[in-house]
Amino acid sequence: MSLPPALRWGSVAALLAVAAVFPLVFTSELVTQIAVDTLIFAGAAAAWNIFSGYSGYISLGHAVFFGAGAYTAGVAAQDWQISGSAEFLLLPLAAAVAAVIAVPFGLIALRVRRHTFVVVTIAVFFIFQLMAFNLAVTGGSVGINAPFLGWDPATYNNPFYYLALIIAVGTTALSWLIRRSRFGLQLRAIRDDEDRARGLGVRVMRVKLTAFIISAVVMGLVGALWFFFIVQVLPQYGFDPLLDLSVALMAFLGGLGRVAGPVLGALILEPGQQYLTLHIGNSYLSEIILGALFLLVILFLPRGIIPFLEERVTAWRGRAPRAPDTVPASPAGEQPAQAARRGTS
Amino acid sequence: MQGEWGGVREAGGGGLLRTEGVAKAFGGVQALGGCTIDVEPGSITGLIGPNGSGKTTLFNVITGYERLDAGEVYLDGTRITNAPPQRVFALGIGRTFQLTRIFSSLTVMENMLVASQHSSRQPGRVRNPLARAGGAADRQRAMDLLDFVGLAGHATAPAETLSYGQRKLLELAYVMVADPAIVLLDEPAGGVNPSLINDIAARIRELNAAGRTFLIVEHNMDFVMGICSRIAVLDYGTVVAAGPPEAIRRDPRVLDAYLGAAEDDDDTG
Repeated sequence: MSLPPALRWGSVAALLAVAAVFPLVFTSELVTQIAVDTLIFAGAAAAWNIFSGYSGYISLGHAVFFGAGAYTAGVAAQDWQISGSAEFLLLPLAAAVAAVIAVPFGLIALRVRRHTFVVVTIAVFFIFQLMAFNLAVTGGSVGINAPFLGWDPATYNNPFYYLALIIAVGTTALSWLIRRSRFGLQLRAIRDDEDRARGLGVRVMRVKLTAFIISAVVMGLVGALWFFFIVQVLPQYGFDPLLDLSVALMAFLGGLGRVAGPVLGALILEPGQQYLTLHIGNSYLSEIILGALFLLVILFLPRGIIPFLEERVTAWRGRAPRAPDTVPASPAGEQPAQAARRGTS
Repeated sequence: MQGEWGGVREAGGGGLLRTEGVAKAFGGVQALGGCTIDVEPGSITGLIGPNGSGKTTLFNVITGYERLDAGEVYLDGTRITNAPPQRVFALGIGRTFQLTRIFSSLTVMENMLVASQHSSRQPGRVRNPLARAGGAADRQRAMDLLDFVGLAGHATAPAETLSYGQRKLLELAYVMVADPAIVLLDEPAGGVNPSLINDIAARIRELNAAGRTFLIVEHNMDFVMGICSRIAVLDYGTVVAAGPPEAIRRDPRVLDAYLGAAEDDDDTG
């Protein structure tokens, strides 16, 4: 973090103020709808980053928790005949179900690393999507409808906006607290060298699983809120592989493992995607354009926008913290006689 | 057991760190074949031997990174055979790696704080899980140790900006954070320039004078002979000789196992 504290907290406060008055200034339903979608993704990406960004375990299965949250809210509202705004009382239940799913999911998937972990998360994701298609309780391919909200259409989006804002801001604040905590330090140590972290007393499974559950809880919340907002959940949208790709892309674009990274990525990508869809009319074309954009980011900003900007600022200030004492980088302790006798060890 | 060393010990007693008949095979390769060592408290013990003689494997088995096939490991009389790395560390064995392993994206101070979690644990007190990492006491202790290895000026720098030798010093410093009873160093002088080697040797001597026990794997003979009070020689996974440096230097079995190669074929590097 290279910004001076006053400037950093000033910009955070300004951003919050803008976010607080945004739907009062821009009252167009289309604009507030895009804003709600953006905040939902900001919360989801920030939650994903708490686990994947800090631990380095790239999950492409977080849509499991998103869909579980949506379906939990849907099934519970249906079975308990909850109507109107009382549906929002189901948000904690959605979060709890996501957490319960995260425990066995994490205990299995977190035993493997890197590419294998990614593949396992994708596999678990498809298991859940198949279940949503085929179980009776989920309504199969017909899906589930949310309770009707008889709100004034002109301000219909506003409560969703503020709920999504609270979740996004709360998750980002939690992410900031975690990053500077002992727990966050252990997560980031795991990302750098998990075996070394174990050797320094870090209970790696417990730490990874805790982060996994925390991000699942927020995903469940966000999924339920999204379901109430669009009023319907279908298997292919509740458990949507594009959601996993989107949150990962947002975090990569903004800066993986950085507090503001996923939020910045969501603020750029989600409105960008919606804008392109609106103006091109062909959603496939807009996705292709976004894909091309992503390739450009990978080529020119491989570490994301925030680390890139930090590097520029550091270079501009001309005080790059380089260690002065340099020694040969390759270990050269081996003696010829030994090498000759045994070859390589 | 072959290669028993470290002086006469009463039955059931033993040194600070003791392995008994430790065996470990990788596929058909017997890396350790009944290896018995005994590290006396307060000593700097050297572990030498040709490449492939099982030195690093022995470290890995002791610190829980590899499971052993047979034998036992004791720390201060307590059996720690096959304990996982985090438990071995908590019990008081710190180690460094042949190729240094630091957390490169964390700052130097954060590297220190990762290791400090056990030192500040107070039983019966619930800690705020979201409190900032490293209380004042942890940070002060970390800073003292960084100062001790000469890295205090780099505390806020990302660890990836350190040179190779500085990384070795950082690794030594953060292993010391948890106040281990014994420290296992895997090639502390490997790939480090001569002035820094002297620096590292001085730090180890200083820590040893304060009562810390060391077990050191090292190829640099001057370093080993100069710093160690006892030396064990490993060959084909067993201890072939053990004793004070002067004796080891003259031991025919050592010359055969370790230095004899120069006579067999001295033309390759």
